[in-house]
Amino acid sequence: METSQHWRLRKQRYALVGEVCPHCESKIFPPRDICPDCGEDAREMYQFSGRGEVYSHTTVYQAPSGHAENVPYPVAIVRLEEGPLVTAQLTDVGDQPIEIGTPVEMVTRKLGADGERGMLVYGYKFRPALVER
Amino acid sequence: MAENKLLVPDREAGIIGYGAYIPRYRLPVKEVARVWADGKGGLPIHEKAVTGLDEDVITMSIEAARNALARSGIDPTEIGAVWVGSESHPYAVKPTSTVVAEAIGATPHVLAADWEFACKAGTEAIQASIGFVGSGMADYALAIGMDTAQGRPGDALEYTAGAGGAAFIIGPAKDAVCVFEGSYSYATDTPDFWRRANAIYPEHGERFTGEPAYFSHTQTAAESLLEALGATASDFRFAVFHQPNTKFPMRVAKSLGFGQDQIEAGLLVPEIGNTYAGSAMIGLTSILDIADPGDRILMVSYGSGAGSDAFSLRATEALPRRRGSAPATLIYVKRRTEIDYATYARLRGKLVLK
Repeated sequence: METSQHWRLRKQRYALVGEVCPHCESKIFPPRDICPDCGEDAREMYQFSGRGEVYSHTTVYQAPSGHAENVPYPVAIVRLEEGPLVTAQLTDVGDQPIEIGTPVEMVTRKLGADGERGMLVYGYKFRPALVER
Repeated sequence: MAENKLLVPDREAGIIGYGAYIPRYRLPVKEVARVWADGKGGLPIHEKAVTGLDEDVITMSIEAARNALARSGIDPTEIGAVWVGSESHPYAVKPTSTVVAEAIGATPHVLAADWEFACKAGTEAIQASIGFVGSGMADYALAIGMDTAQGRPGDALEYTAGAGGAAFIIGPAKDAVCVFEGSYSYATDTPDFWRRANAIYPEHGERFTGEPAYFSHTQTAAESLLEALGATASDFRFAVFHQPNTKFPMRVAKSLGFGQDQIEAGLLVPEIGNTYAGSAMIGLTSILDIADPGDRILMVSYGSGAGSDAFSLRATEALPRRRGSAPATLIYVKRRTEIDYATYARLRGKLVLK
């Protein structure tokens, strides 16, 4: 990915900043400027809480290029408490079992590096919730 | 003793919010002894915290800063400076602080910079924050001390070099969970530990790291501060010192007149290792998790090369109300997954993959 793309995506990647629809209140992630629920214009920024639960999950053993050093690693679809589904890596799982419905929270982690000399790329992952809620 | 230069700003400053971070992996240091010393020799600590594959000073700083923000109750756009002290910034050139500032929502109208001074880079940022807030140039400044420390495999440092640290939002005393009564800085050119540009692992002066370096600087900074404030060890309920191992902070505490009951709460090194720029600061977060209003706390950092910053703090009535807004430091200490030396070598990038 180009440096310019990493730069453009930094807000949503670092902190799960999406949009809220001013017409139907839908929370939107990733931001797309058009509400997927009512089709109206939606450009107002919205800071997601980062809390959610595992909707589905799997473990990657054959990683795409750039991620081979991290195998095996878990990936999940997370249902954010505000509604949207987000696909992301799980991290810091340790020996905790991951199941559908496991409470998770967003953390900002290193997603990878653009080669040996390129920029470091940071973004959201999810980990089992640190404190019970 | 030379002229006493107690540091006190025009406007009284304090800590508005504090936050800690410790990665979840733990290497029992008997593993280092097993691989490199036939399992023989004394162990300076029990175990040390190790970063996951996707963690570095930037990611750890972001989480500690988010915890500090949660306790502060302020909006991140009110922060006037984001300052990160570390000796393991992920880039040689490109600031850690801009990524942290962006991630917590403090950009773009903000001063951001990285600080360096071996293990006291974080408390340098605190000193600067007190000045920044105390002069009225800003209402809030974020000071972070965070490290994922390096140690050559088999070297004495590998037994203790851990990972973690803390973030403090400094602001006006009226909003603070604890106020700074005064601080002191003491520095000389003492070559006890260094890492040259482009070197992967640091070098150290063996026994030279003790008497002329750690002990001389921490003791002088602490004594000078106490003298200027007209205080003695018995006036403080808690004290926390830089913790390169378990022995050094205990010895300097004793020689200053502090008892075990005063230093226990902040002494995290046996369970997480030496977190370098984060060491004294994360000990302070653990103290703030249990301190009562009115308690006085002494914090003394140490950075090789060499210098010490000493701070006298007093907890306020706001502390018990605000501490519950983020995870207690002990939650991070107790969240642990034990690893062996092989996994440690992998997590720390010591395996050549290409």
